[in-house]
Amino acid sequence: MGDFFMAVAAQGFLRQALLAGLLASIGCGLIGPFVVVKRIAFLAGGIAHSVLGGMGAALYFGFDPLLGALGAAVVSALLIGWVRLTWRTGEDTAIGALWAIGMAVGILFISRTPGYTTDLMSFLFGNILLVPTRELWFMGALDLALLLVVGLGYRHFIAVSFDEDFARLRGLPVAPLYLLLLVLVALTVVLMIQVVGLILVIALLTLPAAVAGQWTHSITAMMLTSTLLGSALTTGGLALSYAPDLPPGPTIILLAGALYLVSALVAARVRRSRIPPAASAPP
Amino acid sequence: MTTAAPIIHIAGLYFAYGTLPVLENVTLQVAEGEFLGIVGPNAGGKSTLLKLILGLLKPQAGRVRVLGQPPQRARRQIGYVPQYPGFARDFPISVEDVVLMGRFGLGFRVGPWTRADRDAAAAALREVEALDLRGRQVGTLSGGQLQRVLLARALVGEPRLLILDEPTANIDQRLEGEIFELLAVLKHRLTIVVVSHDIAFISGYVTRVACLNRTLVCHTTGSIDGQMIQDLYGEDVRRIQHAHRHGHPRPVGAAAEHADHG
Repeated sequence: MGDFFMAVAAQGFLRQALLAGLLASIGCGLIGPFVVVKRIAFLAGGIAHSVLGGMGAALYFGFDPLLGALGAAVVSALLIGWVRLTWRTGEDTAIGALWAIGMAVGILFISRTPGYTTDLMSFLFGNILLVPTRELWFMGALDLALLLVVGLGYRHFIAVSFDEDFARLRGLPVAPLYLLLLVLVALTVVLMIQVVGLILVIALLTLPAAVAGQWTHSITAMMLTSTLLGSALTTGGLALSYAPDLPPGPTIILLAGALYLVSALVAARVRRSRIPPAASAPP
Repeated sequence: MTTAAPIIHIAGLYFAYGTLPVLENVTLQVAEGEFLGIVGPNAGGKSTLLKLILGLLKPQAGRVRVLGQPPQRARRQIGYVPQYPGFARDFPISVEDVVLMGRFGLGFRVGPWTRADRDAAAAALREVEALDLRGRQVGTLSGGQLQRVLLARALVGEPRLLILDEPTANIDQRLEGEIFELLAVLKHRLTIVVVSHDIAFISGYVTRVACLNRTLVCHTTGSIDGQMIQDLYGEDVRRIQHAHRHGHPRPVGAAAEHADHG
């Protein structure tokens, strides 16, 4: 571990990697809590996987794959949202279809793009050690956009996450707000692809927020806690993977999974040891 | 505030889920300041009628006007207390923040809640005698406490009309009395519509009763007698005795035998 921090001081690419992890953590902290409390992890998974279609197409046509990812993520978020709003019973199937079709399209495009097949693994599992400076700026811009939208509208997002029917009765535009929330999820997915890849994104999006949810009592506290947890997990995963030369993405995810398990066990034990709230509550 | 137009105006209403008619030819007017009780058997269309008044459903035929407007436009002036709250009880949110949800619809604004919003939430919680619950997690509340919080959420939006769907279905009889005591105070400044399966209980509080079983079977400002209940439920139900005194709360559980059909 000490080697790692000396290496960070000495080597620019590790500093870039650390910074990428921190930038991704801001997104996962802002949006992860909504994914967890609204129980749309499967939906977020569908958005993440369909992104490969956009990346493959961008490679084939010679654009920046991240721009392709951004386009595909937003389109699939809107598609899935539209299916859920108009055809509620079909949501599950539609997400599954988009999930697989997006990946299939991506693989076909990549197979037709000469010389690019080696990139496939880093799309799928991330490559935090090779984040160019330009992409750090791109991640920073996404974070800024997320901060701005969530900062202005967090009351509204909480309202549609908490009780959609009541929000509708109070005159809130529930459908547009829901679609906007899904677009924010899509932006966050793209933000994290460089760090852990599109297959593992869903873990970093949900696990820190789920752990935070076990110990906090408001969405705001969940956001702060999961941002800190995300930073600790990406930094810790990077450090753990450095000496044995393991791929950092999967190491980060395993660390997150372990934290989630331990937290769930401890939280269950703490709950059991407490007096049930009904017994101590005033009448 | 003194408008000649009724608060709720329903004429020739027909609604069906698929081909199954739930409401037929319902005509109903509620004037300002009334406290209307809607009673009837399960699946008699009570909750459907409320959803039509709230504009959550659209009638296949007939007309609904609330405060002289289509329901969707009048909705923000309605305070609604649902029978089953539409949220997960383990959602990480405090009672105060739940009540604040009722402040949406009073003008669009971004950013955090204002001081005025929080004061209004505190006032609403005080009115339902639940200010001490302000910091509690919504998941730790008992049934009766939750009902008060939902009532505060409905009141904080400054409604002209308060609609409650089975506000006492999930709580015991003593708490049921407390909720209706609150409504008895609120009716001095609000028009109230309450749905209940419990005719005997609510008739001591409301100013008028509408009996609904697919259509309005009876509709009375007088006391309910055995014949009406028989018309409504289509069978002999235990006879109800109760003193019919408008505006005066009645001791709970004294002479009332509840015609609870559940």
